[in-house]
Amino acid sequence: MQNQAIQVKGLQKSYTKLHVLKGVDFEVEKGSIFALLGSNGAGKTTIVKILTTLLKHDGGTAAVNGFDVASRPDHVRQSISLTGQFAAVDEILTGRENLIMIAKLRHLNNPRQVADDLLNRFGLTDAADRRVSTYSGGMRRRLDIAMSLVGKPQLIFLDEPTTGLDPEGRIEVWKTVKELANGGTTVFLTTQYLEEAEQLADRIAILHEGKIIANGTLAELKKLFPPAKVEYVEKQPTLEEIFLAIIGKKEEK
Amino acid sequence: METVKKHFFSDMGVMLGRSMRHIFRSMDTIITVTITPIAMMLLFVYVFGGAIQTGTDNYVNYLLPGILLIAIASGIAYTAYRLFMDMQRGIFERFHSMPIARSAPLWGHVLTSLVSNAISVVVIILVALIMGFRSSAGVLSWLAVAGILALFTLALTWIAAIAGLSATSVDGAGAFSYPLIFLPFISSAFVPTESMPSVVRAFAENQPVTSIVEAIRALLSGQPVGNDIWIALAWCVGIMLVAYVFAMRAYKKRV
Ligand SMILES: Nc1ncnc2c1ncn2[C@@H]1O[C@H](COP(=O)(O)OP(=O)(O)OP(=O)(O)O)[C@@H](O)[C@H]1O
Ligand SMILES: [Mg+2]
Repeated sequence: MQNQAIQVKGLQKSYTKLHVLKGVDFEVEKGSIFALLGSNGAGKTTIVKILTTLLKHDGGTAAVNGFDVASRPDHVRQSISLTGQFAAVDEILTGRENLIMIAKLRHLNNPRQVADDLLNRFGLTDAADRRVSTYSGGMRRRLDIAMSLVGKPQLIFLDEPTTGLDPEGRIEVWKTVKELANGGTTVFLTTQYLEEAEQLADRIAILHEGKIIANGTLAELKKLFPPAKVEYVEKQPTLEEIFLAIIGKKEEK
Repeated sequence: METVKKHFFSDMGVMLGRSMRHIFRSMDTIITVTITPIAMMLLFVYVFGGAIQTGTDNYVNYLLPGILLIAIASGIAYTAYRLFMDMQRGIFERFHSMPIARSAPLWGHVLTSLVSNAISVVVIILVALIMGFRSSAGVLSWLAVAGILALFTLALTWIAAIAGLSATSVDGAGAFSYPLIFLPFISSAFVPTESMPSVVRAFAENQPVTSIVEAIRALLSGQPVGNDIWIALAWCVGIMLVAYVFAMRAYKKRV
């Protein structure tokens, strides 16, 4: 078996007028947490949609668990699960009903038990029998992620999982992501928060103007930063500074 | 390598369960699809009925088929609405990134439309019975009526699916049903077409609702149905097939 959960080569995608992806390359190792960083409109969601078989690409190749997303979408869907940028929960159903529905669609043996376990794990037991329309944003997000864990998929896509959450909610999601990775699940997440990538990811890729302009571990990315200036206090660059520095360099060319 | 198993019917069952819950949890759906046609039936029978000459002594009998079609036409507006809302929210993306039959979410809505319209049709018939509706139809005729109504529902549901899948706003998704609700008024549903001016009459006699209404009316009153039933079936099946093709095309474009 190969070790790559995701392999993307020369990925191209245009919307009617806009050339969003202009040859994107990266690989994600099995069992790792991979963060894709990019500002608004960089094309993060576009990449997630292509990898989760929701959108067709125009050029290049993308494979998930060794299966080409364009020619073997059914096989890809077997092993992945998506938590999209906007909560994909059913507002009219209760939290429990949402989880049971997904468990049934995944043809698990004991949907009720699966739902109970996840409700418990995500602290939603008290709200389990309330309609989701009465949930707070944080609760909704937790349910959304819980729904993605039904059936224990090997690879989980989280598109901006913490956008709109308060710091507490964010830390909770981080904890979940770390637990998942410890359990051997591969996590592909996108974020605009550089701190988030710094906290979670084994590898970080920065998407800018249709290409991956940097890809590596946090330590590797820090090396890309120009040598620290001599000041009274030597300061470690934050990922934010690295990001801005790299973009700055590209634009000078 | 494991093969990809499809569980079309169980997936569709889950989808059906989901949208039936939606229906039972939104009172306005239930009110619009059953109470409005019932109110219309009361109005026509007890207010206008005395002035309408249909050549039958029991106006409820005359009116019922048209009322049922109006109920179905307003019922499917909600199918378009529910489909549109599902496309807007992330839930369809979740479904489509899961290993389930591709068209199960869409068929779930279609089945829901069939079931919910069947429920409102039954409720309206019960009210009509209280209002004095009587039928000499046998089991076979009732089955034929059920079959025509089911086909009519399916034909309109697939039209609704096109609207729900291609609309750009909630209002757009529902708006297409107004002309459909209006069609029965320019047919023999409420008054015989003989009373209409010639242009209107020509339209009324050649549009689908008239033949469907006439066929159901004949079946329910135990009279020979003649050609009407075949014309009615041809309309329903024809509309259904064309709408199905376009709806599926719209669906494939979206997923
Ligand atoms: N269906 C579409 N049709 C046309 N343009 C689109 C479509 N979807 C996205 N775009 C455009 O493509 C670009 C990339 O969008 P995408 O949603 O992938 O960005 P993103 O990195 O996820 O941004 P954000 O951080 O705001 O979620 C944006 O400029 C967006 O306006
Ligand atoms: Mg996005």
